[in-house]
Amino acid sequence: MNLEERTAYGDIGRKGLWENNTALVQLLGLCPLLAVSNTLVNAVSLALATVLVMALASGAVAALRTLIPYEIRIPVFILIIAALVTCLDLAFNAWLHELYLVLGIFIPLIVTNCIVLARVEAFAAKNSPLAAAWDGAAMGVGLLWVLALLGGARELIGAGTLFSGIDMIIPGAQALKVLGDDYPGLLIAILPPGAFILLGLLIAARNAWVARAAAARPAAPHAPVDTASA
Amino acid sequence: MYNSPYLRQNTSVRRVMVTVLVAMLPAIAMQVWLFGIGLLLQIAIASATALACEAAMLSLRRRPVARALGDGSALVTAWLIAVCLPPLLPWWMIVIGTSFAIIIGKHLYGGLGQNPFNPAMLAYCVLIISFPALMSQWPGLQGSDAATQLNWVLGGERALDAVTGATPLDALRTGLLGNADVSAVMQSPAFGHVAGAGWEWVALAWGAGGLLLLALRIITWHIPAAFLGAMALVSGVAWLIDPSHYASPAFHLLAGGTMLGAFFIATDPVSGATTPRGKLIFAAGIALIAWLIRAFGAYPDGIAFAVLLLNICVPLIDIKTQPPVFGHKVEPPDGGAR
Repeated sequence: MNLEERTAYGDIGRKGLWENNTALVQLLGLCPLLAVSNTLVNAVSLALATVLVMALASGAVAALRTLIPYEIRIPVFILIIAALVTCLDLAFNAWLHELYLVLGIFIPLIVTNCIVLARVEAFAAKNSPLAAAWDGAAMGVGLLWVLALLGGARELIGAGTLFSGIDMIIPGAQALKVLGDDYPGLLIAILPPGAFILLGLLIAARNAWVARAAAARPAAPHAPVDTASA
Repeated sequence: MYNSPYLRQNTSVRRVMVTVLVAMLPAIAMQVWLFGIGLLLQIAIASATALACEAAMLSLRRRPVARALGDGSALVTAWLIAVCLPPLLPWWMIVIGTSFAIIIGKHLYGGLGQNPFNPAMLAYCVLIISFPALMSQWPGLQGSDAATQLNWVLGGERALDAVTGATPLDALRTGLLGNADVSAVMQSPAFGHVAGAGWEWVALAWGAGGLLLLALRIITWHIPAAFLGAMALVSGVAWLIDPSHYASPAFHLLAGGTMLGAFFIATDPVSGATTPRGKLIFAAGIALIAWLIRAFGAYPDGIAFAVLLLNICVPLIDIKTQPPVFGHKVEPPDGGAR
């Protein structure tokens, strides 16, 4: 891998994790993001599944991109994604059954998550399999860390715990009662409004960060894609 | 923004806010007289929290702190939060509600004059969604002594069942769910002449304060009239159809937050509609949704949710009801609006 390629891969990674972050900048795939981010374990589990699907789907589509007729590419992409998600759904059901029951419909719904199709259409259909898989993984990890932050914050504020439900993945493990037994729990954080409010605060924090960084170096060669500078 | 011509009024934010605070005094006095002094401590906690959050947010936003603090708008929000909450809540709930109202409900949207939602109703909704059990504990009329009440607000051990009673709306809801009819439910001691025992006097005091605001031209007649008129209309129609399942209009007008909402909440000049016709639509919509929530919803009172729902509609309502500029051609009145 020469230097030029390496910078290209670094660029893909940086865009996925920060500059074009799916949850904070593109605001894509918010339905599962808001629905399952009520605890840290749920959020990270679904995000990991999404990372896996995005990497595999992007890689597979990129490998097949010369064979897929342009006119019917979207149905073909969806079929490829749906096949991968079905495998994952069955795997969850077999090996993480309790978690499967909690995440429920949101595992099969990864198929309809617009961020998966968006990366396949925008990147994988035009690039090499390796770059596409890396792009899918980077975008997925960008979603993962935001989901983890959101899920952790909602669980902590709403119930005062972290890692509740960890025993669904590691049998016998206990949730951390971070704020003690008599914490009353601000229920709204776990309910849907809490997801919107906290996501809004995260987006605002990112925008403030980007605006401050842009002000610090006015002649930055690489203008970040964000809504704050608009 | 839309209500030109810009007539000059000899008034200021500070004068308006202080007048509103004064107009709230009769109802606060009545509530203290009937239910005990817990409310006063609650007002003090809410006011202190609101001023602290206001000062913190103003300095974070690099705005002049002293001038904005002195306008009294944060105090009005704090007092409204304190009076609409059950009077014996633990202090930290009041702090959470008030700081949410000031920080997220007001300053994150741009501060005074920019907030699309009524901050006091945001605080109420956050608290009733988060702590539904505590939010339904209202002290009974026979009450408890001052020391006990203060102890509870400050977080002492609570023996609530001894002195709390259901609010009239709660009692009505529970009774109707148990297949009793309205007249049988109204025999319970929680009810007075037409609405809740004691609560009907508090409601009348809110009405008196509201009339003072009207007389001083702080608010116009549109919102209270449309609010109370629509509430009487929808509850009256339902009552005439089936008096055993729907409470009378008099009950709905004097129970829960109807009077407070009509004169002090919906009339918020920032989050409410501003055109005359828009005010009528806005207030009637709140009354309709509030009655629907009372009659069919999961919560006993729906004023707060109704106000927030109609707050979202305000930009649309204002654009659609903008009066023609003086001297321009008057468009033919459209059929749907009043």
